[in-house]
Amino acid sequence: MSENVYIIGAGIHPFGRTDSRSGREQGVYAVREALGDAGLDWPDIECAYGGSAAAGNADIMVNELGLTSLPFTNVANGCATGGSALAASQQAIASGMYDLALAVGFDKHPRGAFNAKPADYGLPEWYGQTGMMLTTQFFALKIQRYMQLHGISRTTLGRVAEKAFRNGTITPHAWRRSPVDLETIMNAPMINDPLTKYMFCSPAEGAVALILASEKKMKELGADGVKIRSVAVKTRPPNSFEVFQAGISIEEGGKPTVLASKAAFEKAGVGPEDISVAQLQDTESGAEIMHMAENGFCKDGEQEEWLANGWTEIGGGKLPVNTDGGCLACGEPIGASGLRQVYENVQQLRQRGGERQVPGKPRLGYSHVYGAPGLSAVAILERE
Amino acid sequence: MGEKIDPNLWSDGAEPHLMGGRLPSGEIVFPMPSGDAAEGVEPYKLSRRGKLWSWTSQGFLPKEPYEGPGSGPGEGPPDFQPFLIGYVELPGEVIVESRIVDARLEDLHLGMDLEFCIVPFNMTHDTFAFRPIAAQESKAA
Repeated sequence: MSENVYIIGAGIHPFGRTDSRSGREQGVYAVREALGDAGLDWPDIECAYGGSAAAGNADIMVNELGLTSLPFTNVANGCATGGSALAASQQAIASGMYDLALAVGFDKHPRGAFNAKPADYGLPEWYGQTGMMLTTQFFALKIQRYMQLHGISRTTLGRVAEKAFRNGTITPHAWRRSPVDLETIMNAPMINDPLTKYMFCSPAEGAVALILASEKKMKELGADGVKIRSVAVKTRPPNSFEVFQAGISIEEGGKPTVLASKAAFEKAGVGPEDISVAQLQDTESGAEIMHMAENGFCKDGEQEEWLANGWTEIGGGKLPVNTDGGCLACGEPIGASGLRQVYENVQQLRQRGGERQVPGKPRLGYSHVYGAPGLSAVAILERE
Repeated sequence: MGEKIDPNLWSDGAEPHLMGGRLPSGEIVFPMPSGDAAEGVEPYKLSRRGKLWSWTSQGFLPKEPYEGPGSGPGEGPPDFQPFLIGYVELPGEVIVESRIVDARLEDLHLGMDLEFCIVPFNMTHDTFAFRPIAAQESKAA
């Protein structure tokens, strides 16, 4: 029997570009916001997990936060850094070892598409030399085939981006705060067909910190907590199709997102129809579309109807998706991005979404992050 | 002809083949693994013909380690030549990622018949690609 775990504090450093602060300084800012939110001081925190992909180690933050001798574990798990930090801190409390834990993620990337080294991913040099080592190509190749097989139109890709920018305009922590109309999105320069410039998120900066507590501690503090119903992190199964693959099996394999989603739903004892609000990995427009199906919210091809009818809008009637504008409007600081999704759900479930608040007292929030080299993390939160 | 971008990537001869590997299980993989992962894997000449599985265009100059036009000293985005890229299903073998040449984006479609070829990549090196079979035949005629 493991302990119930709650998120009692959530802090964010606005996403986008902040030239005056390093990635780690943004992390410290987010931790202080989360501590303030929970009504705690840094010495109260008993253990911490966190990291970044490109902005250094998290444990050095004790220099600014205070030398309290707490165990601070660096997490370096690529796109799942935030998800893994959350899973580790959740386990630390669920095990009964600790009552208060911190999960933090931050990052700061140079402008332009990510450039990865082939050797870091076990690939031969020619793969990078000839121009195939690009995450943007993978997403375009995946959605191109998906559109052909399941009848998704280019307009639907545009609608996803239009929604993201519209939600960004009402989200204080978003980077892109101006609306972009469908026509502009559709006619923008093509990056990787069928995806135009506005359909891709950009590498960015930002930080998120969450404070987790045992039920006992939450009650003792009288804190406003949101329960973690489940967290699942999965790496790719055999024969899957992932980012950075020179060869794919002719046998169709499983998907890490499908595995993480199923595991999270099972552990939580709820189904897709029970979810009130969802944050799904939207590295580009097509990813949000495919992830709607991979996470079980609709069948392949139904997204065409969903987007045309605005069913994923805030107040759209079915399932609001990426209420803070997602990666498209917030940008993608890798280490922070997965925790931003959880932060957004915490705000929504506590009815602190302001202008972007999902109506009707949302009860269950779902977040999903996906990244290289084929891994996925899902968290389901509940407002009790 | 330039140098091969990787000496072991395709076989030599009049009709070169992309080199994959056959695992002890019989599964065909691409590329041929290297180092310890190559143990028990037999080099395998992949089919020269396949079908288009998916595709996209590359519209911007990739960062390092890209070594194509636009990446050289004193070069930049204006020197970049956009290219097409895709996955090609080699029947019964494996689906390989490749450049697609001698085709326009709007002509590409799922299941299109393609053939293996070697193309110039930059001033010094060649790389591999697939091209529509029809385009190749009409050129020969």
